[in-house]
Amino acid sequence: MTNTLQGYPRTDGRKGIRNVLVVAYLVECAHHVAREIAQPFRDRGVHLIGFPGCYPNAYALAMLEKLCTHPNVGGALLVSLGCEGFNKRQLAQTVAGSGRPVLALGIQDTGGTRKTIAAGRDWVAATLPLLAAQAPVPMGIDELTVGTICGGSDATSGLTANPAMGVAFDLLIKDGAKAIFEETGELIGMEHLMAARAATPELGAALKASVAKAARYYATLGYASFAPGNADGGLTTIEEKSLGAYAKSGQSVIDGIIKPGIEPPREGLYLLDVVPDGEVRFGFPNINDNAEIAELIACGSHVILFSTGRGSVVGSAIAPVIKVCANPGTWLRMEDDMDVDAGRILEGRATLPEVGREIFELVRRVGSGATTKSEALGHQEFILTYKSFEPLGPACLPV
Amino acid sequence: MRLAPQDNVAVALRPLAAGEVVTLGGTQLRVARAIAVGHKLAAQPIAAGEKIIKYNCPIGSASAPIAPGDYVHTHNVASDYLATYTLPE
Repeated sequence: MTNTLQGYPRTDGRKGIRNVLVVAYLVECAHHVAREIAQPFRDRGVHLIGFPGCYPNAYALAMLEKLCTHPNVGGALLVSLGCEGFNKRQLAQTVAGSGRPVLALGIQDTGGTRKTIAAGRDWVAATLPLLAAQAPVPMGIDELTVGTICGGSDATSGLTANPAMGVAFDLLIKDGAKAIFEETGELIGMEHLMAARAATPELGAALKASVAKAARYYATLGYASFAPGNADGGLTTIEEKSLGAYAKSGQSVIDGIIKPGIEPPREGLYLLDVVPDGEVRFGFPNINDNAEIAELIACGSHVILFSTGRGSVVGSAIAPVIKVCANPGTWLRMEDDMDVDAGRILEGRATLPEVGREIFELVRRVGSGATTKSEALGHQEFILTYKSFEPLGPACLPV
Repeated sequence: MRLAPQDNVAVALRPLAAGEVVTLGGTQLRVARAIAVGHKLAAQPIAAGEKIIKYNCPIGSASAPIAPGDYVHTHNVASDYLATYTLPE
């Protein structure tokens, strides 16, 4: 083990690179109260997450169970209105079972907005010192899970930031990390290349099937995962966007396919299939980048590598986001939001391996407590919507 | 820059002006119209229906004949999977 990181040990054996307290609303009706509870503590590691729907959904429950017991999370306050369909008792039991401090507050039972905000703030104020008293211990790269995503892509993304993140991915995997790339809807056209990198022929077939599912899903909905800004930035088709997005995965063997909330069973490279199974319902699989970031985190990602050409500013609740800027012009305009200047590759001021190594080293620093630009700016975006998934197929995970 | 030898399009590493002549692998191309960084121009004649190859990978098919040096984008290329959505001008 290379003891280069600092982690907070958890009862399940994992370690977290942050020790945040999450405040989770369990229906939109509780959103305001939860936000008001968290607001005074927003610079003290208290993050707001939640689910807006009133109807029960197994995916949303599993996501919040995974997120509230994520290694970067030290405790959870659950805020419900009281009559919604979300299974708050199961979520509270899961968090309590993990040994973390947890409190479930019902607004109707507590006596309304004012009293619930007061009770919630009291609990957070009493719980934060317990988290602050926990000492981090040495943690290895081989205990780290890293997710990757691209957002606000343009034609430079696939030339600089994405392949540089691919180099970083290869370095992380070599040191025993778990690495997750995602968005089968943005791998359309790459299915044959990807299948050739699969650890087994059966996994290769499953990779192709997952992309075919995405193509079907998006065709039904009428749009590809392709924004007008992508075209303004020089990307012509979803295949061309995919070609760039695919470069994030690096050169390593693909070891498996996972779905939201499933952690990679061991080190290696995994594709996160974010497209729901079955008939098309509940709308677009990933209504924005943060929907995928939340899923990468629910799969255990401690830190997210985010490449952007047009210039995305988002961060996330729970896990730090490292912004790798692909486009030199965007860097000039938006340097305050960017952690790595990969556009130097385009200008001949740095090589792909150099920037890849730089990203790898930054992951190590962020894993030792250094803050990213989006963390320092207070970005804590979070979104969770309805989905439905079937269990993983037999060929998806390494044996 | 041509990303792979098999490619029939090249990528602008700097903004290119209309009428500018660029040399690509020994061939001279006259740039038909201004091209922004990262956008594509045809490296050779491409017939309608022919695959557009970038980084040795098909990224769609030509929806019209494309001459060397022409700007290659949504006006003359269509996805083989899902149509590209852009905002109205």
